[in-house]
Amino acid sequence: MDPATPFTLSCPIPISDYPTVLLAHGGGGKLSHMLIEKIMLGAFGNPALDARHDGAVFTLNGSPARVAFTTDSYVIHPLFFPGGDIGSLAVHGTVNDLSMCGARPLYLSAGFIIEEGLPMDTLWRVVQSMQQAAQHAGVQIVTGDTKVVDRGKADGLFINTAGVGVIEHDLRIAPQSVRPGDVLLVNGDLGRHGMAIMAVREGLEFESAIESDSAPLNGLVQALIDAGIEIHCLRDLTRGGLASALNEIAGVAQVSISIEEALIPVRDDVRAACEILGFDPLYVANEGRLVAFVGAQDAGRALEILQAHPLGRGAAQIGSVNAAGRPGLVTLRSRIGASRIVDMMSGEQLPRIC
Amino acid sequence: MKYLDEYRDAETARQYAQAIARITTQPWTIMEICGGQTHAIVKFGIDELLPASLTLVHGPGCPVCVTPVDLIDKAIEIAARPDTILCSFGDMLRVPGTRRDLLSAKAAGADVRIVYSPTDCLKIARDNPARQVVFFAVGFETTAPANAMAVYAARQQGIANFSMLVSHVLVPPAMEAILSAPQNQVQGFLAAGHVCAVMGYTEYEPIAQRYHTPIVVTGFEPLDILQGVYMCVRQLEEGRAEVENQYTRVVRREGNPQAQKLIHEVFEIGPRTWRGIGEIPHSGYALRPAYADFDAERRFGLTARGAEESGECIAGLVLQGVKKPDQCPAFGTRCTPEHPLGAPMVSSEGACAAYYLYRRPAVAPARA
Repeated sequence: MDPATPFTLSCPIPISDYPTVLLAHGGGGKLSHMLIEKIMLGAFGNPALDARHDGAVFTLNGSPARVAFTTDSYVIHPLFFPGGDIGSLAVHGTVNDLSMCGARPLYLSAGFIIEEGLPMDTLWRVVQSMQQAAQHAGVQIVTGDTKVVDRGKADGLFINTAGVGVIEHDLRIAPQSVRPGDVLLVNGDLGRHGMAIMAVREGLEFESAIESDSAPLNGLVQALIDAGIEIHCLRDLTRGGLASALNEIAGVAQVSISIEEALIPVRDDVRAACEILGFDPLYVANEGRLVAFVGAQDAGRALEILQAHPLGRGAAQIGSVNAAGRPGLVTLRSRIGASRIVDMMSGEQLPRIC
Repeated sequence: MKYLDEYRDAETARQYAQAIARITTQPWTIMEICGGQTHAIVKFGIDELLPASLTLVHGPGCPVCVTPVDLIDKAIEIAARPDTILCSFGDMLRVPGTRRDLLSAKAAGADVRIVYSPTDCLKIARDNPARQVVFFAVGFETTAPANAMAVYAARQQGIANFSMLVSHVLVPPAMEAILSAPQNQVQGFLAAGHVCAVMGYTEYEPIAQRYHTPIVVTGFEPLDILQGVYMCVRQLEEGRAEVENQYTRVVRREGNPQAQKLIHEVFEIGPRTWRGIGEIPHSGYALRPAYADFDAERRFGLTARGAEESGECIAGLVLQGVKKPDQCPAFGTRCTPEHPLGAPMVSSEGACAAYYLYRRPAVAPARA
């Protein structure tokens, strides 16, 4: 035993009921959550990480300016899909994670893990798409890395991006700032990205293709900040969808949240695809959608600002944070007026049998 | 959304609930057969709208739930062979076998693929001629035509590397098993609309008569279910026991004759073991001798072995409507979707999963 390592009675490997990693550990639901809680937070815990936001917020030595920092990896299949590709997604995802911290995204890094045999043209198209997405979002890709691995060791192309942004206001945008009475707004219809990917991957055909909602949300967030809206928390609704995001926030903030099924915007073709496969749009991934928790007094104005922005035309008020109710619980009033729990996703959503 | 929102209208639902309350003069227990109906009831909170004297109990209509452990073990054994691709509906992958589930087998290197239609397996078989492609065919009468079609087409097209692990079950024998059990509480049924879309409902007429139990063929949307309950209660209150069809926009009395013809071409009726319930005579489909070459159990020489159930799981009682999921001592504590003791906790049609997902009063939420 290394004498420098202090002796403790704790098990070196956190107890897990799963001897191997399952795909569901990456699905954004309960198992992902457990992986992060048990393995990652256990090992890396520190104040910035413990805030459990979409990125870390901190100050650099001596400077009063708050900086946001985040990273994400993109392993999507297929590489190109209606409404985007792995390159634009890798830019939007990291820009959005910074935006959810209330930061103005500035600089991104890009790491490429490329499988031997990938057509050069494919790589070129992805890089061009990243460049355009970065330009559109007003960020620069300032550093990067490329690695090539043997055929079969990667699914064509994996991309990691990290990003840095600066926080230029005094708001504390974080799950911990959520208060009873807060109003929940989303910036548009849900489930489009997940169903677009599903449709391509599984060869499902609809009258017209469902396009991903992948988009950079920094402009939209900036508009809310510029208008002085009292934003308490922002979260982009990626893996695990709205349901998982709300459960995470309710858990961290120790509040109870209720939403109204009839108010949640879902496009008809997405709903139809979900109905066919037995998916719930509340759990389907988005790449250009956020939920904003704002002070009740600003709700009307915030909704107007969202609806005036090209990426928020379909914005809607979908619920609120309750003054009473069990902390950590998310409930939904169904279309027929009854109430039920909205749980975090367990495992992956799998298509039903009949 | 057209043809969907009409069946989820809050005002109409309220009116139906009031109409049900008006005609209900005494306690009744009604079972919905299909797990899809169970999920709609719990997800939309339909039972909350009903008078307290009406009890809805949940039936055995969850194909994944009633698939015996022994067959899941066999599927895992097939999947673990290096030369095979095991194809399944997604729902089946998380169901625990004796020691593990198909997802764990997949994580350990088995080639397990989710398909949407059994005929997709034929393409996989054509694309992988050096490997054996096996479809895990579970389900009720609803999935039987598509499964029959896959085998029929495989023989027509001479796809020799395709076979099927069959675990097909039938609704009417299960209803009779429930009605003739000594602990039965069920006084009326909502029959599964999609099963009847294939099979029609003439088979139910002798059951309604023999057991003096009303049966209403019912759809899956909230208003379908409320209307089905209304029709069932009206029969009970009037002392009638007939087969009525609520789901007229989909179901005809004779069903779909072409689909039935295909089923009978490929399958024959035989005994079937139901997980948690036991063997029920004449309650399932097996491949006919003419299609025996496509029987995966035969092809891989699989025989029954000592499959084990978790001792604590009361799935059998839940599937027969004797207990509700939240009456199980393990519910939500030792049995969760992450750590299921039984299949009804994992399937998207399982009653325990519906209760866990949508109403879980006793359990404190996990701190994020």
